[in-house]
Amino acid sequence: MKAGVVVFPGSNCDRDCKVAIERSTGAEVAMIWHQATELPPGLDLIVLPGGFSYGDYLRCGAMAALSPVVEEIRIAAERGVAVVGICNGFQILCEAGMLPGALLRNAALKYVCKPVDLEIANLQTRFTAAFGDRREATMTVGNGEGAFFADEETLDRLEGDGRVVFRYRENPNGSSRAIAGVINDSGNVLGVMPHPDRAFEAELGSADGALLFQSVMASR
Amino acid sequence: MTIKATVHVFLKPGVLDVQGKAVENALHGLGWAGASNVRVGREITFDLPGDDAASAERDVKAMCDKLLANPVIESWRVEIAS
Repeated sequence: MKAGVVVFPGSNCDRDCKVAIERSTGAEVAMIWHQATELPPGLDLIVLPGGFSYGDYLRCGAMAALSPVVEEIRIAAERGVAVVGICNGFQILCEAGMLPGALLRNAALKYVCKPVDLEIANLQTRFTAAFGDRREATMTVGNGEGAFFADEETLDRLEGDGRVVFRYRENPNGSSRAIAGVINDSGNVLGVMPHPDRAFEAELGSADGALLFQSVMASR
Repeated sequence: MTIKATVHVFLKPGVLDVQGKAVENALHGLGWAGASNVRVGREITFDLPGDDAASAERDVKAMCDKLLANPVIESWRVEIAS
């Protein structure tokens, strides 16, 4: 099992992701610089971590989405490699057009940092299979621009196709239909605003994030 | 010759502009109770070489599509001046 974590200038959860994946799954984790024009061979999972890539200039994730490595990730995703964008990583995948929608300024204009209870809206994905029949998870959010937005037609389609994976029990940031995580059409790219990398062992308050990484590794 | 490009970027109508809302509330607090529909946008200016305004406009529109605006949430308007 092999995973890669992308490091953009301004990423600040890259190390967290590496440790979370290693401890959750035992996988070998390679760190991938954003200027890389090829990916390490044999990756089962690519994670775009949280942080403030390029200082959130212009729009969160807009600059990072143009990085050379994102083109390689797009090609890998088309081959079926699992890709997870967490927080800023979610913003980057939306900006890159690999996921629908966008992340807007939080409704209350405040940075929100706290544990949140999530409903697992689809247990039949590559990212949730290890949750078994559990329909709830707890992870921590930390975002200022985390309000998921898509037009009504797109939201209907996402819900109808089972592409909403996580939903907030109590919406912390004004996300459309309380959406916290979505997958792409093929089901191998996930964007999630709460941090599984901050919830991978009980000492952190929740170990539910470990199940997400374990799901991916079991699905390869 | 230089062409001056100005791009105005705003959240689309229907997308909640929470920043605009906060500014509106602040204006009300200052006594301008009638101020409404406040929207906060972004203005991006830059120079392009040459004197072909039509070609510059095409380039700037492409820049908007690729980077300067996010069509999911934002609309934009371009001004070209020589």
